[in-house]
Amino acid sequence: MTIDLPVVWAAIIAFGVFLYVLLDGFDLGIGLLFPFFDREHDRQTMLNTVAPVWDGNETWMVLGGASLYAAFPVAYSVLLPATYLPIIGMVCGLIFRGVAFEIRAKARRSQRLWDVAFMMGSATAVFCQGLILGTLLQGVPVVDRKFAGGPFDWLSPFGLLAGLGLLVTYATLACGWLIMKTDGDLQRRVHVAMKPLVWLLLAFIVAVSGWTVLGQASVAARWFSLPNLFFFLPVPLLVVLCVAGILHALGKRYDRRPFVLTAAILFLGYTGLIISIFPNIIPPGLDIWAASSPPSSQKFTLVGAAIIIPIILCYSAMSYWVFRGKVRHDDPGYH
Amino acid sequence: MLTSPDQALLLARWQFAFTVSFHIIFPAISIGLASYLAVLEGLWLRTRNTVYRDLFFFWSKVFAVGFAMGVVSGVVMSYEFGTNWSGFSTVAGSVTGPLLAFEVMTAFFLEAGFLGIMLFGWHKVGPRAHFFATVMVATGTLISTFWILASNSWMQTPQGYALEDGRIVPVDWWQIVFNPSFPYRLVHMALAAFIVAATLVAACSAWHLLRGRGDAAIRKAFSMALWMLLVVVPIQIFVGDAHGINTREHQPAKIAAIEGLWETEHGGTALNLVGWPDMEREETRWAVKVPHLGSVILTHSWDGEIRGLKDFAPEDRPNSTIVFWSFRIMVGMGLLLLLMALAGLLLRRGGRLYANRFFQRFVLLMAPSGLIALLAGWITTEAGRQPWVVYGVLRTKDAVSAVSAQQVGTSLMIFVVVYFAVFGTGIYYMLKLMGKGPDLPRDAAEAAAPDTGKGAPRFDHRPLSRPTDPIDE
Repeated sequence: MTIDLPVVWAAIIAFGVFLYVLLDGFDLGIGLLFPFFDREHDRQTMLNTVAPVWDGNETWMVLGGASLYAAFPVAYSVLLPATYLPIIGMVCGLIFRGVAFEIRAKARRSQRLWDVAFMMGSATAVFCQGLILGTLLQGVPVVDRKFAGGPFDWLSPFGLLAGLGLLVTYATLACGWLIMKTDGDLQRRVHVAMKPLVWLLLAFIVAVSGWTVLGQASVAARWFSLPNLFFFLPVPLLVVLCVAGILHALGKRYDRRPFVLTAAILFLGYTGLIISIFPNIIPPGLDIWAASSPPSSQKFTLVGAAIIIPIILCYSAMSYWVFRGKVRHDDPGYH
Repeated sequence: MLTSPDQALLLARWQFAFTVSFHIIFPAISIGLASYLAVLEGLWLRTRNTVYRDLFFFWSKVFAVGFAMGVVSGVVMSYEFGTNWSGFSTVAGSVTGPLLAFEVMTAFFLEAGFLGIMLFGWHKVGPRAHFFATVMVATGTLISTFWILASNSWMQTPQGYALEDGRIVPVDWWQIVFNPSFPYRLVHMALAAFIVAATLVAACSAWHLLRGRGDAAIRKAFSMALWMLLVVVPIQIFVGDAHGINTREHQPAKIAAIEGLWETEHGGTALNLVGWPDMEREETRWAVKVPHLGSVILTHSWDGEIRGLKDFAPEDRPNSTIVFWSFRIMVGMGLLLLLMALAGLLLRRGGRLYANRFFQRFVLLMAPSGLIALLAGWITTEAGRQPWVVYGVLRTKDAVSAVSAQQVGTSLMIFVVVYFAVFGTGIYYMLKLMGKGPDLPRDAAEAAAPDTGKGAPRFDHRPLSRPTDPIDE
């Protein structure tokens, strides 16, 4: 039996990117919620909930990028020039955010300035990620394994919609995270904030999926042809169920369920995206086999990934375990 | 007038040079300090001497800021391979991609996973588990060095690959990783990082000694750093020499450019001590030569042959003016550091080490010497590899993306502004922390402060959260 290496690598990258979106999603989301919680005390608590883990969360993006570069260099060298300025924007946003994280706690007079850097950095990074996602979904022209579009192809109404959609997604996820990790007054206010966000999230999911399906015949064919429809129908149905579940959990003041169900929505949305584009890695024309690096590269990296990724998952889980439980403002040991 | 693709190439090169030079400063500090911190914590566990613990807390603050800067500035580079250098990604990504992926998997996650415990977990895990976390972070930085240097060395001395319709296909990964220049480059870089950290620790201690703070922690740090330099600098000079011989074998054009040597001389080559290599005139002007010294250094023989630049076609020559001088700056810094370490050894006799203010000023002045040597060394090896990006296989001009000069220029300007604002602040804050120095041994006020009950912040629980470290006061 031979292993279809490109498929294995596509699965690993899909897994890594999903973990990134989930994990960095809630800590980027905290930056998005910052403007609505302007007491220093609250802000410090919010940051404390992610201080020990955000660096590890961001590393999943680096893994996604490096794996894409290693396993599908053609996709890498097409996608990045295609989304040149959003990539630069995202990286700059992450720089500001990362440094603000470290420095704001140590600043006094300039603390407000670093708060702004943190908020703007987070928002820019998320919005640019949405633009990149939108660009990918609407398709990138490729000729002779090179990007063949213009420098502003990403600036489309659909791209902007995806950008806004990702902002809402991460903000909702961060609400769920904070409800889980905080208590008292702060938790109460996050409860209040989350409800409208969940409705907004549903609206964006409908808009983005509707646009994708209506705008691209190939995607519509994938979803609506029989028997595919029966296999894929649970995805949208489960999304609706999850939304109902979150609203119910918010009413009952459950601690963990809002986060878990938001993560489930994220997973379903992500699954829907993969259903729409697989086996393409850059829609509409570049599939995972055409974009692959030589088998010797994929095999070599796979040996490492098979051994190391499970170990990484173990000690990342351990790190979350060490810092488990509610976080309070005056906990010792943080910034 | 440059055409647009040429402009895009030039701007992309400037952008990479700018971002990578800014970046390397922080990993160099992190690599050196991480190992120093592991040693300090180990000594604290073994001896229970609070001096080591105080130093550990102090330098872990500096390390934390430097590490964060290194992480965020490093992310930029991997994306530049795609945005600006997609030709490189398509042709050579099959080799450099897996090496980078291994770095992420083996090093980044190790660092990220244990950094939280190292910085925030002092009272959440036991002392042994905490020490283990610190050792893992230090190990992670060295593993990172391993993969990046493997990748860079392969680009300098590629082997273990085949070319299939214009793309590089890896054949033998052992040969790729352990390529001819890799061992030299790896050791040279790791030692350089240790030297960077040691010069910073020494200079910071000298600053406090000069300001009249002579407590045990300062003296200990000063002494440790100078011992470290005394051992490592001579080894580094030895390794650098071996690296030079290796380069002469595999990249003769680079050596010719470093030496500003145009003709292949027979019966022994002279060394240009100083001079001005002129690429247009094909000569080194105002050269001060020492007969036979070039052969002695580079071949370890009286009349060994070194090929001159005229042996190579003009389009295959690196810019001699740049590498001639960057190399001499690196060597000059190395010799000054050797002098400093030896002077320190002499002053130890009779205990003048902590008293001689002239020496302390000298050490303070040498604070950036490790970093300057490091940057000059990297400029030498990278500019010396030109006009190739993968030596002998892929030219730099064929590696650039089909992006417009406007895009590259815009992003370059954004990076310049962002880097100076963000990393400027980071560097300022690191200097500020160093200027403040380690906490004085518990003073009377602190010892008398009441412990306000369960969960109350206590001195030894809060290495990084001391409210006494504002950035802007």
